[in-house]
Amino acid sequence: MMEPGLYHILFISAALFFIGVYGFLTRRNLITMLMSIELILNSVNLNFIAFNKYLWPGKMDGLFFVVFIIAIAAAEAAVAIAIIINLYRSHHSIDVVNDEDLKY
Amino acid sequence: MNDIFTLMKSELAVTAIIFLLLLIKIGKGVRNEALLPIIQVLLLINLISGFFFNKEGALFGDMFHTSTLIAFQKNILNLGVYLISLLFTDWLKKSQHMAEFFMLILSALLGMFFMISSGNLLIFFLSLELSTIPVAALANFDLEKKRSSEGAMKMILSSAFSSGILLFGISLMYGATGTISFAEIPAKLDGSSLQVLAFVFLFSAFAFKLSIVPFHLWTADVYEGSPIAVSSFLSVISKGSVAFIFISALYKVFQPMQAVWYNMLVILAVATMIIGNLFALRQQNIKRFLAFSSIAQVGFILVGMSSSDNTGVTAVTYFILIYVFSNLAAFGIASVISEHSGKENIDDYKGLYKTNPFLSWVLALALFSLAGVPPTAGFFGKLFLLTAGAAKGEYWFITIAALNMVISLYYYLRIVRAVFMDKNETPVDKIKLNDSVKLAFIICGAGIVLTGLFSWIFDFIQSLH
Repeated sequence: MMEPGLYHILFISAALFFIGVYGFLTRRNLITMLMSIELILNSVNLNFIAFNKYLWPGKMDGLFFVVFIIAIAAAEAAVAIAIIINLYRSHHSIDVVNDEDLKY
Repeated sequence: MNDIFTLMKSELAVTAIIFLLLLIKIGKGVRNEALLPIIQVLLLINLISGFFFNKEGALFGDMFHTSTLIAFQKNILNLGVYLISLLFTDWLKKSQHMAEFFMLILSALLGMFFMISSGNLLIFFLSLELSTIPVAALANFDLEKKRSSEGAMKMILSSAFSSGILLFGISLMYGATGTISFAEIPAKLDGSSLQVLAFVFLFSAFAFKLSIVPFHLWTADVYEGSPIAVSSFLSVISKGSVAFIFISALYKVFQPMQAVWYNMLVILAVATMIIGNLFALRQQNIKRFLAFSSIAQVGFILVGMSSSDNTGVTAVTYFILIYVFSNLAAFGIASVISEHSGKENIDDYKGLYKTNPFLSWVLALALFSLAGVPPTAGFFGKLFLLTAGAAKGEYWFITIAALNMVISLYYYLRIVRAVFMDKNETPVDKIKLNDSVKLAFIICGAGIVLTGLFSWIFDFIQSLH
């Protein structure tokens, strides 16, 4: 069996990133959009870990970065969900199609 | 140990105020009328102390570094927060959660301080998040208003998305250079395509925060939805802080890639000025109008940034100092009028001069300064930005910028005409101004006039390098 190399992991993380971007741009449900952002952040985590393991094994920067990204993602999701709950109270929907009071 | 207290002076001061507010909040409840003057005095002390004992140095293995220029930039932001606490007195007194408002705003300010001082991509990312997440919560501050939560939703989703893009860029940069320290990156940049790709991702994340044109769509919605105090914070202080770190990142960290970013800056500056101006022409709501006008102003800041030497840094810092005075005055007038009469449309401003001459003059001064009409400081700010941008000899670029100033003159003067010349059967009633609001308008007006006339202010900023 072939040992997975750096390129395999980078391919997966780039794919995850663009799936996240696609999901963020096409989904209509706010929670699903948040999930897409989590996909993007996790692809970044994969990138950091892979670079750290294969290219710069002596350094710890990438690993530390991953820990902080996970923490920040949680904080961001907490605030976002609080805002979405408040939005749900006034709009009775979490579908972006209904949130169009503000327009050109 | 002593270094921490001298070099991190402004950060520690802001942290102390946050904790004090927290203690006041969890202790016996203090009424808004009693609490607001205390906060204003604290912010004033914070502002004044920021001028003294500034030293150059680095802490925590170069993760945090400061200099006299950085200290001055931080103090510009301090000034903005102090003016906000004065200008929005009426709105703040009515608010049920005033202490929380200042806690959030000061947390965001703390994040901006660390961001300007950051010497490492990790600290930069963390402080950027610290400066955006509280602002998203602030945008939702009018809890019962539909539009406020819609604006906040747009803000948190787009800022989370942009920080995802930023992180992807940082991870590629880490892969390509093997370091996240600002001091070590320049030596490792050789212009390989992976590095250029990583740089483009980083650049677009900055563009998101500064609302440069292809990434500007969230701006107007968030400004219109959120309370005016928050819109003004977003448009002046958070934009100013990102501009400061953007310019130092471009000049110091990505200096070897100058050929790449110069072209990007020129194209984005032209697009930002033109689109910001064209959309500002057709706005009826004053907050949306100010949002698009601030997008156009960012285009001019980009013109100054393209110079890539110290004249660019000086011009941008000087312009943002003026921008704090003029934009906060304009937002302040919008807030006073919307607070007293609920009117936010430009047509409602017709005949304002008949009933409120003081407000009209301040508004006219602020708009003239934003447009860049000579006696006001805005003219000198724009002049230095364009001079800095002209250093490369791309005169067609400067011509486009100058033409855009003419277009912007049209829509700023449209409001001045509405205020002074148009007749109106039902103008806004006579508004009795609070003393602190009046003081803030006088500070803004004096700043708009005097910052341009006193040339030592510009020389002082130049001497800080």
